[in-house]
Amino acid sequence: MMSDQRGSPSMKYGTEIAFVSLATFLALLAAVFAHDAAFATHMWVLFYVLLVFVILLIRNSDSSGNAHVATDADYLDGPVRYGVIATMFWAVVGLIVGVVAALQLAYPDLNVEPWLTFGRLRPLHTSAVVFAFGGNALMATSFYVVQRTCRARLFGGNLAWFVFWGYQLFIVMAATGYLLGITQSREYAEPEWYVDLWLTVVWVAYLAVFLGTITRRKEPHIYVANWFYLSFIVTIAMLHVVNNLAVPVSFLGSKSYSLFSGVQDALTQWWYGHNAVGFLLTAGFLGMMYYFVPKQAERPIYSYRLSIIHFWALIFLYIWAGPHHLHYTALPDWAQTLGMVFSVILWMPSWGGMINGLMTLSGAWDKLRTDPIIRIMVLALAFYGMSTFEGPVMSIKSVNSLSHYTDWTIGHVHSGALGWVGMISFGAIYFLVPRLWGRERLYSLQLVTWHFWLATIGIVIYAAVMWVSGIQQGLMWRAYDEQGFLVYSFAETVAAMHPYYVLRTIGGGLYLVGALIMAFNIVMTIRGHQRQEEPIGGRTTALRPAEQGA
Amino acid sequence: MDYHSLREFADSWGLLFLTVFFLGVVVFAFRPGSKKAADEAARIPLKDD
Repeated sequence: MMSDQRGSPSMKYGTEIAFVSLATFLALLAAVFAHDAAFATHMWVLFYVLLVFVILLIRNSDSSGNAHVATDADYLDGPVRYGVIATMFWAVVGLIVGVVAALQLAYPDLNVEPWLTFGRLRPLHTSAVVFAFGGNALMATSFYVVQRTCRARLFGGNLAWFVFWGYQLFIVMAATGYLLGITQSREYAEPEWYVDLWLTVVWVAYLAVFLGTITRRKEPHIYVANWFYLSFIVTIAMLHVVNNLAVPVSFLGSKSYSLFSGVQDALTQWWYGHNAVGFLLTAGFLGMMYYFVPKQAERPIYSYRLSIIHFWALIFLYIWAGPHHLHYTALPDWAQTLGMVFSVILWMPSWGGMINGLMTLSGAWDKLRTDPIIRIMVLALAFYGMSTFEGPVMSIKSVNSLSHYTDWTIGHVHSGALGWVGMISFGAIYFLVPRLWGRERLYSLQLVTWHFWLATIGIVIYAAVMWVSGIQQGLMWRAYDEQGFLVYSFAETVAAMHPYYVLRTIGGGLYLVGALIMAFNIVMTIRGHQRQEEPIGGRTTALRPAEQGA
Repeated sequence: MDYHSLREFADSWGLLFLTVFFLGVVVFAFRPGSKKAADEAARIPLKDD
């Protein structure tokens, strides 16, 4: 048991209150002296967010009744707990925005100007699921995993808290910026220069916490999950900084101009964009997989040596795959081919990782019948395998000429994001919550089963519908008559998509309902409730000898 | 340091370095005696809590 770690017993958060108050005042100045209206509004948002935060800090600055510090004697798990709650919260928000955006495509009347049009909600959806949900899931689990596998407390004292709150501020500023129409129009990197700078500060602190914990480990070997997490943190830092190199028009304005232009700009954006997929959505979540699948299966990973090859092959290959987003563009042909070839070779490490995860269960496949959390993790690995099979196929130029710019791409992304990223994170959270809050078990395993089936059916509907819609779209775009004229106008191909967009919304809606059930289950578990229910797979009955005779 | 010199470096020494590094990783992973060390490392998450 540790007593007060924050120094002065009479007043904690003293420095924090001073710094955040100063930042609040600076936000006020920026709002008053802003060069454009959007920046002024955004700074008012920042001012009020920081003001609320200062008030909360002051209200909690009385250090008596400091309960949660006492329980964290060996490991700093406070930021992990907050991170798990934030992950669940942003998952629900991101999925709701996704369903709304899907409905807007099916029913354009649902575009509410100016703040809630598809053009503004779409980046809100992608950032909310990728960076808010996915990013929080990675931060929380990486803080948990690095402490357990290094047998060391998080480095840097309260720096991990700064990373958590700083990252939430980044999310709020990014999200509100989109709704206000502030964007630099770089895919998955829409926030403007000042929000990007803030993320850089937070990310460097994240790297310091993670790397510092590894350097003071008591376990001699650095477990493979940490390699994946570390490659994710380092690479995202590099990608973020290079992709967002820009010159602001004014230091009190929301507009900036990128350092890059033309085809160099396109390649930089997809070098960033695809490696955000490769290192955030793949390497980071593989780190999660390499810890939580063995833990939940209670068996070591199938082949540790394969995991080492998996790691190096994945990071050596992924970084080159970006140009496959720019087939048949002004990008030089050799660069397109390079992107295609590396994407196809990526098949091998991807499947090596999938097989490694799945084979961890060899000899324990019966758990699939009784443990819905294992089921969720196996589903995640299956979708990892499927989407990393589909991706290389789509990167082949001749396939890409049909699939590019169609809904097929959207279906592919969602089988990876909903199937792999979503399910492995949900599995990890189901594992973590009882342990983090000291509960014997989850509130209800039956609800986990409900979540599993709703999510599975939702993803299958979503992906299948987008295949049909995407291929139809691609075929309609390239249909010529005997005189060489296009058969369909663009508007006709849009109209033909309507039924698929409605069905897609249903698939996404089912996935959202699953996540809402999970949120309820998590809340009830945290509050200490347990639902009385039949064990999964029925009650085990004692074996009886077979009856004699007919 | 223009585009062409960078390009030349990338498709000669850079390529060689990355390939040799990767082959080194493979050899290291499967070196004699690595099985025991790998099995021990694989048990790290299962040791406690």
